[in-house]
Amino acid sequence: MKFGVVVFPGSNCDADAYHAFRDVLGKPTTYLWHKDHDLKGVDCVILPGGFSYGDYLRSGAIARFSPLMREVCEFADKGGLVLGICNGFQVLLELNLLPGAMLRNKRLKFLCQYVTIRIENDKTAFSRKGTKGQVLRIPIAHFDGNWYAPPETVKEIEDNGQVVFRYCDTEGRLSEESNVNGSLNAIAGLSNKRGNVCGMMPHPERAVESILGSEDGLVILRSLLEKIS
Amino acid sequence: MNTRLHDDKVLALHNITADEYDLITKLVGREPNLTELGIFSAMWSEHCSYKSSKVHLKTLPTKAANVVQGPGENAGIIDIGEGRVIVFKIESHNHPSYIEPFQGAATGVGGILRDIFTMGARPVALMDSLRFGPLDNPKNRSIMEGVVSGISSYGNSIGVPTVGGEVYFNECYSLNPLVNVFCLGLAEKDKIFYAKTDDVGNAILYVGAKTGRDGIHGASMASQEFGEDTEAKRPNVQVGDPFKEKLLVEACLEVMERKIIVGIQDMGAAGLTCSTTEMPAKSGTGVEIDLDLVPQREKGMTPYEILLSESQERMLIAARPDQVPAVKAAFAKWDLDAVEIGKVTSDGRLKCRFHGSLVVDIPVSAVVDLCPAYHRPWEEPAVPTKSPSASRRPLPKDYNDVLRKLLSSPTIANKEWVYRQYDHMVLTNTALLPGAGAAVLRIRGSRKGLAMTVDGNGRYAKLDPRTGGKAAVAEACRNLTCVGAKPIGVTNCLNFGNPEKPGVMGQFKAAVEGLGQACEAFGIAVTGGNVSFYNETEGIAIDPTPVLGIVGLIEDIDKVVTPGFKAEGDAVILLGRNAEEFEGSEYLEIIGLPSAGPPPDVDLDREIAVQETLLEAIAEGLVRSANDPSEGGVAVCAAECAFHSPERIGCDLNFDDDLRPDAILFGESQARILLTVRPENAERVLEIAEKRDVPAKVVGTTGGHSLRIRHLDRLLVDLPVAMARKLWMEALPDYFANPKSS
Repeated sequence: MKFGVVVFPGSNCDADAYHAFRDVLGKPTTYLWHKDHDLKGVDCVILPGGFSYGDYLRSGAIARFSPLMREVCEFADKGGLVLGICNGFQVLLELNLLPGAMLRNKRLKFLCQYVTIRIENDKTAFSRKGTKGQVLRIPIAHFDGNWYAPPETVKEIEDNGQVVFRYCDTEGRLSEESNVNGSLNAIAGLSNKRGNVCGMMPHPERAVESILGSEDGLVILRSLLEKIS
Repeated sequence: MNTRLHDDKVLALHNITADEYDLITKLVGREPNLTELGIFSAMWSEHCSYKSSKVHLKTLPTKAANVVQGPGENAGIIDIGEGRVIVFKIESHNHPSYIEPFQGAATGVGGILRDIFTMGARPVALMDSLRFGPLDNPKNRSIMEGVVSGISSYGNSIGVPTVGGEVYFNECYSLNPLVNVFCLGLAEKDKIFYAKTDDVGNAILYVGAKTGRDGIHGASMASQEFGEDTEAKRPNVQVGDPFKEKLLVEACLEVMERKIIVGIQDMGAAGLTCSTTEMPAKSGTGVEIDLDLVPQREKGMTPYEILLSESQERMLIAARPDQVPAVKAAFAKWDLDAVEIGKVTSDGRLKCRFHGSLVVDIPVSAVVDLCPAYHRPWEEPAVPTKSPSASRRPLPKDYNDVLRKLLSSPTIANKEWVYRQYDHMVLTNTALLPGAGAAVLRIRGSRKGLAMTVDGNGRYAKLDPRTGGKAAVAEACRNLTCVGAKPIGVTNCLNFGNPEKPGVMGQFKAAVEGLGQACEAFGIAVTGGNVSFYNETEGIAIDPTPVLGIVGLIEDIDKVVTPGFKAEGDAVILLGRNAEEFEGSEYLEIIGLPSAGPPPDVDLDREIAVQETLLEAIAEGLVRSANDPSEGGVAVCAAECAFHSPERIGCDLNFDDDLRPDAILFGESQARILLTVRPENAERVLEIAEKRDVPAKVVGTTGGHSLRIRHLDRLLVDLPVAMARKLWMEALPDYFANPKSS
């Protein structure tokens, strides 16, 4: 299983994702330069966090036009695994690989903190090492993570089991308070219908070593180690 | 001299005295033209030349075995072993942050980052020391919101974590907020870069953002003088573009990693002028540039404007001619301009051409090295020798009430409202989240860790600048010690009023002496920093505020100690001794009594002995938590330990000192540390303390869910941890959610 971390101008969690896959998980990992048209034969594409193109105009709005996104879309269409973290999630929304859009956090402030999220669907390529209802402690760091979609879209993704993670309290209960950014249905991470593309606002790559305070992100990253049959 | 090329008004607008003008004329060999005058004005300004402060700064200890680079470069460098160095510095952005809080603070972050990566280091941590006026004033709230958002915006976008800092509130900062930004970078020892040009014939390249008319020193004067189309007066505060800077970081680090340049300097204060004079001055060369080649954002800029613009996110690079194509390609990859604007010459002069004619021709050494140093008149500060009214002060009726007020005081209250807006985890090295006395970073590929803190206390320094200087060093080192780090290097940011006033100059001199003495005692070198004078508005100066940024090394990252209580039934030990020292305390502030006596005494020998005791106990693996009593004293210190405990474990403490109980609970005596150990290890810690003649005793145990503090067995404080924590957590956000006055 080979991983590719896309580098946009302004990506700033690219090195963290690279470190998590290569050094912590010990997997072959390579950077993918946004101007290239080459996925270098990777099995999983990571769109990392950061401020691609400064997040000017709108988070992720310019990055979707990067040359490499053509290959990423083709890769996704063929069933390749794509994980977008934070800004990477925003880019996936702009690419229409995932439904919905991001609004500013409900209290209009940037939020960097640990949150707890609950695994809603443990059958996906991004969560299969966990169990449904399992609570993971993982950090967030974003200004625009308040996921929104029209009611019919929300119903559809809920019905399809596309919600992979939801913000919850430490006991796994949903509450107004634990839904820190105000996302509809407390959605922290969701997949496409086919289940090969996932976007999430929390940063699993920041929670892979005990020295940093949590290893819960490993549940997500390790889920990616097996190819989908 | 009425025959001067420039009249008194022009000189005044350039802050150049008649004597300085005569000196410039002598050094240049003729009278300077207006552009040249602008260059001298910027480079001989207080900010760039340290002309009022350098005679005093020279007294600071700058040498130690681990110092790779002391003051004089963009930042200081300390060797941390294993082939690695840290590059770090603190700098003020006070004035711009008052005028335009968001951009002022944001560009403060951008500026200090450039100082670090220009030396070949990847910036890995930011911290901020912030001071504002009281939050019941809406103006102060708006300044604070702006400053915090500005730091958040720039730091988060560029992807360097803001891992810690401090925030103080005092009336004296209402019209003069302080924004001091600290940055630390990591580099390999053999890949450090300096601001130099090396050989004659090397190319001078301009990289990064285009030059505009922002932040031009004396721009208004220039337009008056020329009588050309009078531009609308531009704001003096520059606008930051963190995205551009992120690209610049990556491109610069790439060309440095590949060693395809010879020297590099950022264009900060005084812009192109600063880099085109300092780089050749260090190499004993000259530089000739063509101003028409400088990438410009606006049409019709004059040489004066191009040279003195302080547009952000720009760097100057010197490279051998054969390296130029590779440098250009590296910057092109990141969509950045890299334009060859000139070359290194042998004549020691800065020559600038504009539309074909020579518009600047001056010796670089005159600009960089020959600014006069001033021995400004100073008055020894009048320091109170004893607290006149202390014995007559009534004791509090309700100690619980005092503690509740202290915990809700913005200076003491939890700062999560601030640091939650900063990405403090990006780069995944943050081993201790913000909120403790020091930040801790792991170093990848090493067992070691780095701790860092910024500290200062203007109230102590106001009462006695010398002691205030010492106290800032002592407390910063104590904060590092409490997480298990040994201090290794210092940077300082000295915030004062107008140095032309002998009283202010006296404060400065005394504070520098005090902090120098303390650094010497701790055996740590000052590797650089920044002086910010003229923090005065409407004739009111701030309290003298020396802020210290000190870095510590942790030998074993797995042995990091945190402030939170770890388990019920642990022994609580107080190292150091209590005394009746209230002056300058937060306690007097909240009960509304003026501070008039001397601030808490700083006994450096005792301070060092206390800290060494703690470090030895930590090295033996005995210490489960440590925290030092500072603002709010022992009571607040113990409360913080409970608040930081994930299980909110309380404590029951009893003090038997024959002192006023309010002094024991809320006094701010220095050289004290509250630590916890398993009960069976208490004896060993007391032995370690005794070996060093450090007073130490078991003052209680952890347990329960209340904070209980007794004096001679009389229960003075009894508060549920959860309730006290709520006050402490909500005080700051409450000011912004439910303003107490508008």
